[in-house]
Amino acid sequence: MSVAIESNHYEQAFAAAGLDQGPAWLTALRQTGLAAFAAVGFPTTQHEDWRYTSLGNIPKTPFRPAETASVDASVLEPVLFDDDRVDRLVFVNGHYDQKLSRIDQLPAGVVVQSLADAIAADLPLLAAHLGQHARLDGHPFAALATAFVRDGVVVHVPKGVALERPVHVIHVSRPGAEPALVCPRLLLVAEESSQAMLVETFLGTDRGPHLVAPVAEIVAGENAFVDHYRVQHESLETGFFGLLRIQQARSSNVQSHLLNFGGAVVRNEIAAHLAGEGGNCDLYGLFMPTGTQHMDNHLRVEHEAPHCDSREFFKGILDEKGTGVFTGRIYVHKPAQKTDAKQSNMNLLLSPDAQIDTKPQLEIFADDVKCTHGATIGQMDEDALFYLRARGVDARSARSLLVYAFASETVEQVSHPALRTLLHEAIITRLPHGVDLKELV
Amino acid sequence: MLEIKNLHASVDGHEVLKGLNLTIEAGGVHSIMGPNGSGKSTLAQVLAGRETYEVTDGQILYKGKDLLEMAPEERACEGIFLAFQYPVEIPGVTNSYFLKSALNSIRKYRGEDELDAVEFLKLVREKMKTVELDERLLNRAINEGFSGGEKKRNEIFQMAVLEPTMAILDETDSGLDIDALRIVAEGVNQLRGPERSFLVITHYQRLLNYIVPDHVHVLVDGRIVRSGGKELALELEDKGYSWLEEAATA
Ligand SMILES: Nc1ncnc2c1ncn2[C@@H]1O[C@H](COP(=O)(O)OP(=O)(O)OP(=O)(O)O)[C@@H](O)[C@H]1O
Ligand SMILES: [Mg+2]
Repeated sequence: MSVAIESNHYEQAFAAAGLDQGPAWLTALRQTGLAAFAAVGFPTTQHEDWRYTSLGNIPKTPFRPAETASVDASVLEPVLFDDDRVDRLVFVNGHYDQKLSRIDQLPAGVVVQSLADAIAADLPLLAAHLGQHARLDGHPFAALATAFVRDGVVVHVPKGVALERPVHVIHVSRPGAEPALVCPRLLLVAEESSQAMLVETFLGTDRGPHLVAPVAEIVAGENAFVDHYRVQHESLETGFFGLLRIQQARSSNVQSHLLNFGGAVVRNEIAAHLAGEGGNCDLYGLFMPTGTQHMDNHLRVEHEAPHCDSREFFKGILDEKGTGVFTGRIYVHKPAQKTDAKQSNMNLLLSPDAQIDTKPQLEIFADDVKCTHGATIGQMDEDALFYLRARGVDARSARSLLVYAFASETVEQVSHPALRTLLHEAIITRLPHGVDLKELV
Repeated sequence: MLEIKNLHASVDGHEVLKGLNLTIEAGGVHSIMGPNGSGKSTLAQVLAGRETYEVTDGQILYKGKDLLEMAPEERACEGIFLAFQYPVEIPGVTNSYFLKSALNSIRKYRGEDELDAVEFLKLVREKMKTVELDERLLNRAINEGFSGGEKKRNEIFQMAVLEPTMAILDETDSGLDIDALRIVAEGVNQLRGPERSFLVITHYQRLLNYIVPDHVHVLVDGRIVRSGGKELALELEDKGYSWLEEAATA
């Protein structure tokens, strides 16, 4: 059932939430977002970039900024890893929850705090970076999220500092009866020769109409090393539309891993810019839609400088009526000689009703480059299945084992052992027949 | 042990086995030879339970039970083992995990205790020595990047660990050098015993110098056209199959 929505619903909600109040740079940023969203509205499948992703009832649903809610600490347990050695920031419906969070003594000069606190403290980094990298045109949900930006995480790692403790940002969605909008923001600035690992976990606890639109800006200075993860376990009534914007300077190295398990309609947009010589950007992804879930991955890597390497490595496992999209675009600008770009999207269809649309694309304007791309769509390997069964492994376990083998390759790249184990387990829980493969991890 | 009566089987609507009869006694070693495309692998796959082959007529009794009623894994648990002509590569699943779950599922079926990691490793180390396989292959993905010889020895190694009662070897000797061939044969001979039967499919009489069969059968066009002792293999080596093919179509 859909409710009538006023054409200027989001302008009204914006004013009602008092988002026109605050520091001048911030209200200006929000206004830019509001105007950018108002100019285009929600995308439809008429739009080339949205051809395969229908928003269903979302445009007709009057989402309002979500209120905070209380959650019990035990809710977090399933997603924690190496908890004593990880700094944790917890948000409930987009609002920072200090009681559930725990940040240890930080090295001198390092900032790890909630965006709301950073705004209140007038952190100079914000005006220089927040919203300065993520483009809003072509990203309507990022525009909406920018209009409603209020809280999130700010991490600043100064020159030469290696953060020893990973930062784990946990966003708990606790929908109520009213349709709610959550716009978690991440700004991670890693200065020259610094290092950081950041994990974003999205966790839905209850079902209910929820729209989650995270925008992350990762700025890697010269020779900086950033390891980023986004693990998405939203509930099955949640629309999840994320933008990850990566900006890389000379010789920087950014790895990002997106693991998608939850959500009703999910879209992950990644825009990575290799702006300095010798940069390296690796984007790994796993999406496992089942039931009627839809997961869309929309990637664009811009090679703007010479001698940069990039890798897009996405795997889809689609079961029941699950659908997926992969659009990977590698854009090699004229100065970007000696680019080495690899793109791969492999998919496993476990049911005749599952569907994937995959479109790897290269646009190359430099002449001395090495680019490869490929996509595969396959079914369960019947020969492999029979081989396992003929040796005594029962059909259900054999199936799960093969799906697991296909999926787990993406997780093998995870360097943090406890996180790797957690992600392996997350995959195992999602297998078509959840059998006990725990010994594998 | 195994009784095959009037077996008819087709693949994609094309009849391959056309009334095959074969009885294998406990402890017996039978060899099947025959020209390309005569249906040897089809027989092997039907015995192991591959669903792409449709059995249209006939019966298979294994230890008195109806084999065709059983799922592939059930057959394995009952002691059937097929060494594949083309062992499958399975990226992402280690040999050791696979073999351990296979072994434990068979043990469970038989009402035996499952082996823990230590016991399993001990057993596996011992068996690997007999087939001279590098222990490192255990932690590699199943058959992935293995040489042809390694794949075949891996089949024999798995057979040694699972200790089947009815082992079917589909051209396990093809493409092996003489050293690898000896290792494979040794693996089989070590398992020979009064309670264990073998069906050895081969193109080459050479293997039968190392695994000496009790009976040799010739399969032509989906039927066994001749059976004899081990001398029959030598005769085939000499004369080829054409004289039997003519007899079969006559
Ligand atoms: N999927 C299939 N579709 C159609 N025909 C098939 C299929 N698989 C096998 N066949 C045919 O069935 C017949 C028997 O094949 P089979 O593999 O059993 O022979 P084989 O005796 O093992 O031969 P080889 O000595 O070459 O291994 C052949 O004529 C083959 O072409
Ligand atoms: Mg064959």
